[in-house]
Amino acid sequence: MRRYIVGRLLLMIPTLIGVAILTFVIMRAVPGDIVALRYAGSNVPQEIIDQERHILGLDKPMWAQFADWMSSISRFDLGQSLWTGHSVVDEVQVRMPLSIELAVLATLFAVALAIPLGVMAAVKQDTWLDYAIRIFSIGGLAMPSFWIGIMMVLVTLTLWGWAPPLVFTSFFEDPVANLAQLVLPAIAVGYRYSAVSMRMTRSTVLEVLREDYVRTARAKGLRETLVVVRHALRNALLPVVTVVSLEFAFLIGGLVVTEQVFNLNGIGKLLVDAVAHRDYPLIQALVLLLATVFVLVNFVVDMVYVVLDPRIRYS
Amino acid sequence: MVAVLRSRIAPVLVLALVLAACAQQTAKPATTVTPSVAGGEKPISGGTLTFIVNAEPPSYDGHRETTFALLHPIAPHYSLLYKFDPSDLTKVIPDVAAEQPTVSADKTTVTVKLRQDVKFHDGTGMTSEDIKATYDKIIFPPTGVLSPRAGAYAVVSAVNATDKYTVEFKLKYPSASFLTNLASPWNFIYSAAKLKTDIHFYEKNIMGTGPFLYDGNTKGQDWKGKKNPDYFGKDKDGTKLPYLDAYKALIITDANAGVTAIRSKQAMIEFRGFTPSQRDDLSRSLPNDLAIQEAPWICVNYIVPNTTKKPFDDPRVRRALSLAVDRWGGGEALSKTTIVKDVGGLMRPKGPFAMSDADLAKISGFGKDAAANKTAAKALLAAAGVPNLSFKFLNRNITTPYEPVAVYLINEWKSVGITATHDVKETSAYQADLRAGTFEVALDFNCDFLDEPDLQLAKFWSASKAGKGLNFAYYDDTKLDGLIDAQSRETDPAKRLALVGDIQRYAMDEMAYQYPVLWWYRIIPYLSVVRGWKIGSNHYTNQDLTTVWLAKK
Repeated sequence: MRRYIVGRLLLMIPTLIGVAILTFVIMRAVPGDIVALRYAGSNVPQEIIDQERHILGLDKPMWAQFADWMSSISRFDLGQSLWTGHSVVDEVQVRMPLSIELAVLATLFAVALAIPLGVMAAVKQDTWLDYAIRIFSIGGLAMPSFWIGIMMVLVTLTLWGWAPPLVFTSFFEDPVANLAQLVLPAIAVGYRYSAVSMRMTRSTVLEVLREDYVRTARAKGLRETLVVVRHALRNALLPVVTVVSLEFAFLIGGLVVTEQVFNLNGIGKLLVDAVAHRDYPLIQALVLLLATVFVLVNFVVDMVYVVLDPRIRYS
Repeated sequence: MVAVLRSRIAPVLVLALVLAACAQQTAKPATTVTPSVAGGEKPISGGTLTFIVNAEPPSYDGHRETTFALLHPIAPHYSLLYKFDPSDLTKVIPDVAAEQPTVSADKTTVTVKLRQDVKFHDGTGMTSEDIKATYDKIIFPPTGVLSPRAGAYAVVSAVNATDKYTVEFKLKYPSASFLTNLASPWNFIYSAAKLKTDIHFYEKNIMGTGPFLYDGNTKGQDWKGKKNPDYFGKDKDGTKLPYLDAYKALIITDANAGVTAIRSKQAMIEFRGFTPSQRDDLSRSLPNDLAIQEAPWICVNYIVPNTTKKPFDDPRVRRALSLAVDRWGGGEALSKTTIVKDVGGLMRPKGPFAMSDADLAKISGFGKDAAANKTAAKALLAAAGVPNLSFKFLNRNITTPYEPVAVYLINEWKSVGITATHDVKETSAYQADLRAGTFEVALDFNCDFLDEPDLQLAKFWSASKAGKGLNFAYYDDTKLDGLIDAQSRETDPAKRLALVGDIQRYAMDEMAYQYPVLWWYRIIPYLSVVRGWKIGSNHYTNQDLTTVWLAKK
């Protein structure tokens, strides 16, 4: 097991290097740079543009820029944002708590909704309850999160003249203000997220309920609740855990539009702004960060498998 | 459980949507225009102004940057030598200067006396050395320091601190625009001592002499300032300025989120502008709490044919492109949905250098008989041998106002047989194409802080000379260069106006190098508690917030 874990951790290194190279090359292949953008529409002479490119090192050959970046990375220095001149770590650090908290809240909401409803739908298959839950989940898949967000804001604005606060306050500083800002986006995002997980839970539980060992458990005279929770659900959870965890990883940087709707100062918005500004060090750092999150989450999922299913052993 | 949820939530949602729809239909738009600086009310001190900035400032150095996103949150920390009068934005008044400048008989020496009561936020007094260091950085930047507006002061040969509170600008030749350029909103007064220690100090730090002290910022979220108790400014009654205790700029990049912020009263104002539909939305939602100010804007979109590409090297083709566009009809139609409105030449319509409508109508494409113009356009295209001209029309992917303007143009061109394909690119890629000249026809734009030919004609210099990096029509024309230079040196206003008229006729009609589509129109809906702020013809000046105050509600 230890060997497996070490192997998996070592495998992350080439994966992340591959991501770094791809990001670097793709961004340089896209036309335009931060300097053109910075002075867009202003009467700035070409000499200034050229000077700025020189100062930022954008006039160096691509291989030299890549070597500079790799050398910085090896010293754990992610560089400075070309747009603000501030450290990339500072830029990310400000946004990270919000993104993580939103991802956690949305996940809690989604799981709290998805697993009970998914199990209920499976247990009561083809009854009115099953149909109602399926319609509810299809609604979540059909309606984009940002649209749900817009509707929520419209409703609260129209009814009460209220919209979620625009400024992030840490939960530890003011829990009410914190939740007032994040609950609506968490619901908007969590609903779609729960729909995916709900359907997955329903189908896997249905499959497991037809297994011999479930029939055996029932034949032994176990209560139905115990049969479902202890025997069926635990075995049905493996694919659900995969879906939930990958969605969680996605939420860290993938909520661009929802962040725009609620004006959330998160990682997704930062990444989009960085791409629009052609802020290479920031883009590279963020993509690397998000890739690391995905890789780590995958790793954690593999470990959770062991806990959920004792038959699984990595050796 | 589902049934219970449905029975409780569904009616609330339905009710909310019905109410929203009813509110949209029944509320009447508020059309109050609050008198701002004037108006007879006695300003009240106190309160925090919350406003929206729809982009994040890059660095904090006003001398280095060109975006309003820096000015709106950061200008209140700084003073200028001169500034535009908040109560009459066409007038320049002293800021840290003690009085209006004096000009020598030969018009090549400008002397400025300074106030003696101005202090930096660290408590040090401001002297002429600070002004010299500031303007030296702007006009003669040392290696490694960027000053995009240095060219606007090319006329200056030296800045001298002649005594502790007197500064002298030596000019190479008399300049028509130099004095108003001293009120440039970008020319924050910096501390000579700080610049001496680190010439890049102001890129990451704030330390000015302005009405507000820096009170922190969260990247991507907000910027805060608090009242400077040592600020030198007073109003006409002798009350110390600023009136506000503090301000908070919220960074909200999405326009709809900006509307929500004002609608929910989390923000009071956004100083750049909203679209007509956003204004109407706010009017309906806040019928009793909203004020609106509107004004023509020194921003314009240009149609720019690349004169190095065939057939756009032919003036007849370029003139046909202009003739095909019904600007008057377009202004009326587009002003209902986006932020363009007025028809004008190279200088802002109704501004001090604007052409009269009668003179403007004589220029190809600016006459009011759209049918006759289109017939003339077809004839020119036929004569040039391109009756079925087709090209790619480069544009940036920004909705307001670029996309509707481009769609309108493409439709107008279609009516004379021209097929233009809308080539929409992200701003950075769009700029790369403009600067590389890899386009056929583009929609360019320009915004300035002042009605000033030296600024608005900067794009019209020859592309290989002073217009390098600015003139995307890529022509060289010594005659036009001569005219632009002559107006810049002409200090007689009437003669200068005549020269500017000649330039417009030559550049827009005779050579038809590049020409405006429609001038922008600025719309500011805001909470009516905000007083003491007056809209101007640009979104750069009048942002130090000294005279802004909040009414009690």
